[in-house]
Amino acid sequence: MSLLRDFADKPIKANPVFVLVLGLCPTLAVSTSVQNAVAMAAAATAVLIGSNVLISLIRRFIPNQIRIVCYIVVIAGFVTMVEIIMKALAPQDVNKALGIFIPLIVVNCIILGRAEGFASRHGALSSLMDALGIGLGYLGALLSIAVIREILGAGTLWGYRLTPITLAGRTLVPEYQPANILVMAPGAFLVIGLLFGFFYWIGNRRREQARRAGVPAVAQTARDLPKPKKQGADEEATG
Amino acid sequence: MRITTVEVGYVELAIGSILISNFVLMKFLGLCPYLGVTKKTSDSVGMGLAVIFVMTLASAVTAALYRHVLLPSSPDHTNVLALLGIPVPAEGLVLVLKTISYILVIAGLVQFIEMVLRKTVPALYRALGIYLPLITTNCAVLGVALLNTTDWKGSASGLPVHLAAFNGFCAGVGFLLAMILMSGIRERLAEARVPKALRGIPIAFICAGLMALAFMGFTKLFGITV
Repeated sequence: MSLLRDFADKPIKANPVFVLVLGLCPTLAVSTSVQNAVAMAAAATAVLIGSNVLISLIRRFIPNQIRIVCYIVVIAGFVTMVEIIMKALAPQDVNKALGIFIPLIVVNCIILGRAEGFASRHGALSSLMDALGIGLGYLGALLSIAVIREILGAGTLWGYRLTPITLAGRTLVPEYQPANILVMAPGAFLVIGLLFGFFYWIGNRRREQARRAGVPAVAQTARDLPKPKKQGADEEATG
Repeated sequence: MRITTVEVGYVELAIGSILISNFVLMKFLGLCPYLGVTKKTSDSVGMGLAVIFVMTLASAVTAALYRHVLLPSSPDHTNVLALLGIPVPAEGLVLVLKTISYILVIAGLVQFIEMVLRKTVPALYRALGIYLPLITTNCAVLGVALLNTTDWKGSASGLPVHLAAFNGFCAGVGFLLAMILMSGIRERLAEARVPKALRGIPIAFICAGLMALAFMGFTKLFGITV
């Protein structure tokens, strides 16, 4: 039961991007298309599963003073494996789009954060469920940005043209002129900023309703969560 | 003749890394300090200077490591391991050891800089010290090291060590520039009336988007493409 909870709490209430505000660099860089987003989420989740399970298995043997270095070495090992596998399996253009962001998973603060904040204190099975939950949340966050950017910025979804839609010779939806700026760098910042705002707005509204109904507020956004332990604060300023 | 090509290389690298493909605004590297440490201008200057320092040294060290340890020997450069008689596979060690060795070198370098600064220049240590530990996991540092040593305009051996160091320095200057601009905006924003849902991170991102839009104006500046 508690294993299920280790998983189920994570994708939304502890969403790595929108609640914990971790791992922003790859999120913005690879969310240009849904295909890239899925590839990146798969790579990051594979590393996260590997590092979480291994670190939780060896957590009693790691001396406390050098634990961060040990975590980094474990993570870097898994990243190298994923890098080689991606080179062999993923399509050429996906590999090119992800570029240095695959090796940069090493310094992705989501992974180091889970190693320090969860895997170093929980058993292997719990850590596996945690990795799956966080990975799912990361996939969700990436997709929410990538879908908007790809549809509005390129007029496609998973590489398929969406418009014009014709039925029996009649044009139902005319061809959409894509707003290229959304696939470029400024679009990434604007889309994620507005999405953050949207999720904060939902959180604020929920809290307002709960207050009116006289129920104690439920933690919904990063602002309401109890301030995370010290490393949480550090990570926000680094990764 | 040779000197002129190198001169052009420097200018090209500087304009390319500082303005045209600014690390924060165009390449999305180092976003966490960009959002985390830009609430006050003094903090963002300290962080930016520390990043310049570490990026320059890390670029030089990783470029040397790449050329003389990871790549197999070639007429252009020799592999130190092969000189010492340690067998190196024909395709080099790049695929297996690049990521791990870079991150370890950067982590060690940051520790080393911290120790040296504390002993020799205490004033500088007091100013930059608190930012140094945060830099190990700053993806801009590993990012510039990786970019310096991937295919650089068709040359598989990446940038030579001195140009790599210079590129690291310029990338750091671009980072500092973005940090200062952002903290200036955010100090003003603190007094502006921002809609409740957009306060904090959302409005910071939107400002960054507008800044990135402005930086796109530098594309192909002086005919330089990156």
